[in-house]
Amino acid sequence: MTEPLLQVRALRKSFGALAVTDDVSLSVTEGELHAIIGPNGAGKTTLISQLSGQLAPDSGTILYDGAPITRLDMAARVRRGLARSFQITALLPGMSVLENVSLAVQARSGSSYRFWRPVADDAALSQEAMQALDEVGLADRAHRPARALSHGEQRQLELAVALATKPRLLLLDEPLAGTGGQEAEVLISLMRRLKDRLTIVLIEHDMGAVFALADRVSVLVYGQIAASGTPGDIRADPKVRAAYLGEEEEGTPDA
Amino acid sequence: MNLRPRLIAALAIFVGMALVPPVAAALGDPFLTVIASRMLVFAIAALSLDLILGYGAMVSFGHAAYVGVGAYAVAIGARFGVTDLLAQMALGALMSAAFALVTGAISLRTRGVYFIMITLAFAQMAFFFFVSQSSLGGDDGVALTARSTLLSTDVLESDIAFFYTILAVLVLCYGGLYRLTNARFGRVLTGTRENPLRMQAIGYRPFPYQLTAYVIAACIASVAGVLLANQTEYVSPAYMAWSRSGELIVMLVLGGIGTLTGAMAGALITVGLEHTFAAWSEHWRLGFGLLLVLVVLFSPDGITGLLKRLGVGPRHD
Repeated sequence: MTEPLLQVRALRKSFGALAVTDDVSLSVTEGELHAIIGPNGAGKTTLISQLSGQLAPDSGTILYDGAPITRLDMAARVRRGLARSFQITALLPGMSVLENVSLAVQARSGSSYRFWRPVADDAALSQEAMQALDEVGLADRAHRPARALSHGEQRQLELAVALATKPRLLLLDEPLAGTGGQEAEVLISLMRRLKDRLTIVLIEHDMGAVFALADRVSVLVYGQIAASGTPGDIRADPKVRAAYLGEEEEGTPDA
Repeated sequence: MNLRPRLIAALAIFVGMALVPPVAAALGDPFLTVIASRMLVFAIAALSLDLILGYGAMVSFGHAAYVGVGAYAVAIGARFGVTDLLAQMALGALMSAAFALVTGAISLRTRGVYFIMITLAFAQMAFFFFVSQSSLGGDDGVALTARSTLLSTDVLESDIAFFYTILAVLVLCYGGLYRLTNARFGRVLTGTRENPLRMQAIGYRPFPYQLTAYVIAACIASVAGVLLANQTEYVSPAYMAWSRSGELIVMLVLGGIGTLTGAMAGALITVGLEHTFAAWSEHWRLGFGLLLVLVVLFSPDGITGLLKRLGVGPRHD
């Protein structure tokens, strides 16, 4: 087997006496969609934040593409192809949809210490940004201010911005948060297309989406990996059912 | 975002100001040109503050220090035989850049109210440094024997030539900042204002961009300082008093933050009202304070926001 793209070894993070990430080890193979599920407060977002470099772990190692990245900041990790989306939409609200994306393109193409030429005239930037918007289906919203988008569209924009960084590994923190029905459908089919060409770590509460998309699933409970396996294994695991999938479903096997 | 109306408003300001000397001559009141010169000088200073405060969300409460450093560059330059305006501007910009590079690098380690306080503290250090320089007049400051020369001529001794020189510098500063804020650099700066975390998540480290903007703003402020010294023909530590830094912020709030045009309008109105009100009553600040309260309450985006609501100014969508 080839070396995993992302390897997490004995990661620990505590806030005071509370161990939010408690000896987590995890590996993500290139090309797979690895879902991390777990009840509220299990430490999923804290884990993603450590993977993306927003939070520094207390101990442990993160290897990306064979090299340790534990000490790198977020910007350095993004430049290596490790991008993230945020659970709570984190856009540049006053800027246009296109500007939100083209800033991400700009970050990896050429110097930003250019003081004279209007960036709006930079066709290469806008073109790449439009491609990303096209991919998520927001091309017709390009010139709206980001804050004027609907919630579902903002979630799509989150994805477009992450894609515009040209990632190899995409960390998605609850991309479906707060969406429903049609909005969720759009995002799920988008993720299905993305998983063909990207490695994805997905945190998600929507079990339907998780089991439809994931190649592997890890279950995080109280900061520890309680189980890890294929979606089928996870559904069948009695420990997981008890800890997470909901006791109320006991006795109604639906695999 | 449509920026055109802002550009038009800026042009209107430039044209309107350019008409002041002939109007002053027609009215037989040359003092108008002198006041207008002062208005333009502060417009330059306010523009520079708008770059960091308006576009970069760095609320500096010590920006007057750089205006002061520019003023002292005139006094120091003159002492060593450097009387040319452009040379003095270069000297002032160099001194300001050095001071801004060091203090900015330290200040930018902090956020929010701490940034306000630390920039204030550094400005006070500069203030007391010049107060202690008895060779430069200490507390009292020092009178200039003459205005700066321009390309070896004493053309600036004419109030009208001096006025148009300041106007030219203002136009250049505005043009440069307009380009900068719409270029790659400006967009990164604005993005950092909107959401620094997002900027890191797409691969930027905000610090060097913020520091660069801070240094550029300091250089422009010192250019304003060089002109201010020439306008008053006097240099004193009072130029960098903390209350001066406060006045610059007031100008921005009055005119509208992060629009450049608003900064200029705010400066012109503030200095203009200062002279008008001061002629009526020594308690003019009371009236001015009231005006400011009204603006903040009813038009948080300043004059620019007011125009926008009346359908004259720039629209955002």
